[in-house]
Amino acid sequence: MAVDKETILRISGVNPRQCMKCGKCSGTCPAYNEMEYHPHQFVSMVENGNLEPLLKSESLYLCLSCMACVQRCPRQVAPGKLVEAVRLAVVRQQNMDHLVPDQIPAMLDPELPQQAIVSAFRKYKK
Amino acid sequence: MQKIGVFVCWCGSNIAATVDVAAVVEALKKQPGVVYATDYQYMCSASGQNLIKDAIKEYGLTGVVVCSCSPRMHEATFRKTVQAAGLNPYMLEIANIREQCSWIHKDIKEGTEKAIILGAAAIAKVQLNAPLYSQTSPVVKRALVIGGGIAGIQTALDIADAGFEVDIVEKKPTIGGKMSQLDKTFPTLDCAACILTPKMVDAGAHEKINLYTYCEVEKVEGFVGNFSVTIKQKPRYIDATKCTGCGACVEKCPSKKTPNEFNMGLDNRTAIYIPFAQAVPKLAVIDKDACIHFKNGKCGLCVRTCEAGAINYDQTEEFITREYGAIVVATGFNQIKPTNFDEYLYNQSKDVVTSLEFERIMNAAGPTKGHLVRPSNGKQPKNIVFVQCVGSRGTSCRDKSYCSKICCMYTAKHAMLVKDHHPEIDVTVFYIDVRTPGKNFDEFYRRAVEQYGVHYIKGMVGKVEEADGTLKVQASDLLDNRQILMDADMVVLAAAIEPDPTARSIATMLTASMDTNDFFTEAHAKLRPVESPTAGIFLSGVCQGPKDIPETVAQASAAAAKVIGLLAKDHLLCNACVAHSDETLCNGCSQCANVCAYGAITYEDRLVMDKGVRETRRVAVVNEAICQGCGACTVTCPSGAMDLRGFANNQIMAEVDAICK
Repeated sequence: MAVDKETILRISGVNPRQCMKCGKCSGTCPAYNEMEYHPHQFVSMVENGNLEPLLKSESLYLCLSCMACVQRCPRQVAPGKLVEAVRLAVVRQQNMDHLVPDQIPAMLDPELPQQAIVSAFRKYKK
Repeated sequence: MQKIGVFVCWCGSNIAATVDVAAVVEALKKQPGVVYATDYQYMCSASGQNLIKDAIKEYGLTGVVVCSCSPRMHEATFRKTVQAAGLNPYMLEIANIREQCSWIHKDIKEGTEKAIILGAAAIAKVQLNAPLYSQTSPVVKRALVIGGGIAGIQTALDIADAGFEVDIVEKKPTIGGKMSQLDKTFPTLDCAACILTPKMVDAGAHEKINLYTYCEVEKVEGFVGNFSVTIKQKPRYIDATKCTGCGACVEKCPSKKTPNEFNMGLDNRTAIYIPFAQAVPKLAVIDKDACIHFKNGKCGLCVRTCEAGAINYDQTEEFITREYGAIVVATGFNQIKPTNFDEYLYNQSKDVVTSLEFERIMNAAGPTKGHLVRPSNGKQPKNIVFVQCVGSRGTSCRDKSYCSKICCMYTAKHAMLVKDHHPEIDVTVFYIDVRTPGKNFDEFYRRAVEQYGVHYIKGMVGKVEEADGTLKVQASDLLDNRQILMDADMVVLAAAIEPDPTARSIATMLTASMDTNDFFTEAHAKLRPVESPTAGIFLSGVCQGPKDIPETVAQASAAAAKVIGLLAKDHLLCNACVAHSDETLCNGCSQCANVCAYGAITYEDRLVMDKGVRETRRVAVVNEAICQGCGACTVTCPSGAMDLRGFANNQIMAEVDAICK
C-alpha cells in the first residue's frame, strides 16, 4: 500500500496549511545538522505530497522526538508529529505496528537511541 | 387596507442570476393589498428611485416593499425615496432577497421560491405599518477624548480648532503617550520628541482644551449628544495650581529605587517625580507606594524643599462629572512583555530587550543618554540580532493572531540607526516576511539592506542561550537551507503590540463593541472606520487596530471631523423604531429595565385607567431618546405590555404567518 498524504495527515492530526513558513521549527531543532530533511521541509513536503524522499530518508530516525518544534511553533503546526507520522507509515508498510530492532537500518548512528521507541515512550508516558 | 407597491431589484446579476425576478413580480402582484409590482436592474440608482416615486404618485401607494439587498445597505436610501414622494419613511419595508437569498442559493427555482416568500412576508408586515416620527434631542457642544497619546492629542486639537471645547482624560501624569518614548520615527527619521512636544504644548495651552491628567473615566451615562461622564482625579499629592515643575523636590527625594516607567524600567526614578522633561502638564507627582512619608510618616524632604509649598500629602481622590456630546476613544496600546517566550531568554538576560526598551537605549534622553551599550555590562555591542514577529501572527495561547504592523518598519529603523552611528556593529534581522506597505516604506527598508548592509535572513530564531557573557543565537536560514549558530551581544525582540488593558472596561462603560483581541470594532470596516457602532462614540488610533504614526494621525483627524459634524448640530433625530409600554398591561415587574443595555427604561408611579378603574400603578416608561430599538425588552416582558414600533409583535407574527402559509 502506497503511503499518501491523507494517511500522513490522518496519523499525525497535523494541518500543514496552518504553516506560515517562518522556519522557527528548524531554528529550534537540536538535530538539524544530522537530518537530511529539516522540520520545516517535512511540513512543506507533506503539504506538497512529495512523500517519497521522506519515506526513504534517514531523517526519520534522526529526529530526537524532543518536540521543541511542536512546543515553539507559533502556528501550532507540530512538525515533530509529522515526522513521527511518516516514520509510523514506514513501519506499517512492513505489515507491523511496531519496529523490530533488527530491522532498524544498519547505517544508523549507534550512539543515538532508537527514535521510534523514544517517541512511543514520550507518547505513552502519562 | 394599504395600497402596496412592490419593487423587485435585479442588482445587476447579483439577484437576477439566481432569482427569476419576473416570476417574483408576477407572484407578489397576487398578494393582498398589492396594487402595483415591477422589476428594475438597479433599484437604488437615480432612475430606479424615480420609478418608485412615480409609482407612489400614479397609484396612490400607501406602502412600499422593495425586494433588494440587506436593509443595512439601502434601507436609508429607500426611506428617503418614499419620503420624497410624500410617504412617511417608515411605510417602507425591505425584503432581503440578495444576502438572504440569491447569494446563498445556487438553484434558480429554490431562489425564486424563497424570494417570493420573503417578499410576501414584507408585504404582510407593511400592511400593519403605521407612520412613525422621530423625536429630537439636544447636543451638548463639548467632546471627551479618552487617552492623551498622539491620537488623542491630534483629535483634541482638530476639534478645538473648529471651536468646540474638548477635555482629554489621560491616566498617566502627562500626555504624550507611546510616541513620547520613541527616539526617531520612520520613514523620515525625524526625532519623535521634536514633532510631538510642540503638539503637546499646543494641547496644553489651547483655550478650548482642558487636560485631565492622572485621571480615569469612572462612569459613563447617557447617549449620543448627551453623555454624562464621571472622571476620577487620582491624587498627585501635589497642588497643581502651585507646582512650578522646577524639579527641586525630585533631586532631594531619598527614595530612588522605583523602576522608571518612562524608560521601560531600564533605570530608576524617585518617589516624587516628573515623568520626563517635556511633560505636559509639567507637574511633579508622588508615587504613594514608593514614598517614605506614606510608609512611616517620616521624611518630608520634598515639603521642606518646595518653595512653592505645593506638596499636599492629604490630597484624596476627586470625582468630576461633566456633560459631553461625543466621546472619542484613543486608549492606544502597549508592547507585550515577552516573558512567556523562554526560548529568547528575555527573563534571564539583560541583553535581551524589547524594541521599546531598545528605543529608550537609543534615545538621547534615555537611561544611557543615547549611548548604545549592553544593559549587562555597559559596553558597546559588537553584533546585534533583531527578531521579528515575537508574539504576533501566532495561534497558540501566548501569541496574538494579528500582525502588529509597525515592527517591520521600526526594526529597519533600529537597524539603520545602529549602522549609522556605529558602522562597525554587525546587525542581523531574522524575518518571516518583511511587510512594508506605505509611502516610502519599502524604499526605507531597502536602504537598510543596500546602503547600510544590514543582514536580513529569512528564518526564525529558535532559541537563545547565554555562555561566557555572550548570547548564542540559534536560528534557521530558510533560503540557504541551513541552521545558523551565531554570537550576539544584544538581542532585540520585536514583541507584539496589544490594546491597553484599560480598553475593555472603557468599552463596557461606553457599550462600544470590541473584537476578540480587545480592539474596538468600527461601525463599518470600510465605510465607517472611525466610528463605533454605538452612536456618539468615535475611534482614534491603535485602540481600533495596529497602525503607525502617520495612519494614527490621519485617523485621529478623521475622528475629529466626525465629532465636529456631530457637535455642529443643535439637535439630533432619534431612532423612530423605539419601544413603548402599554401601561394598562404593564405589571411593574422591572424585567425590561433589567435587560435594557442602554438604561432607557425607568419606572414611574402613574395614574392608570384600566377597565373603568382608576388607580396608581408602577409602570415602565421608555426614554425614546436613549432607546436603540434592540427589542430585548419586548421579548422579556411577560405581560406583553412592551412593544417595539416598526417591529411590533403583531407585525412579526404577520410575517411568520406569511412565511408559513
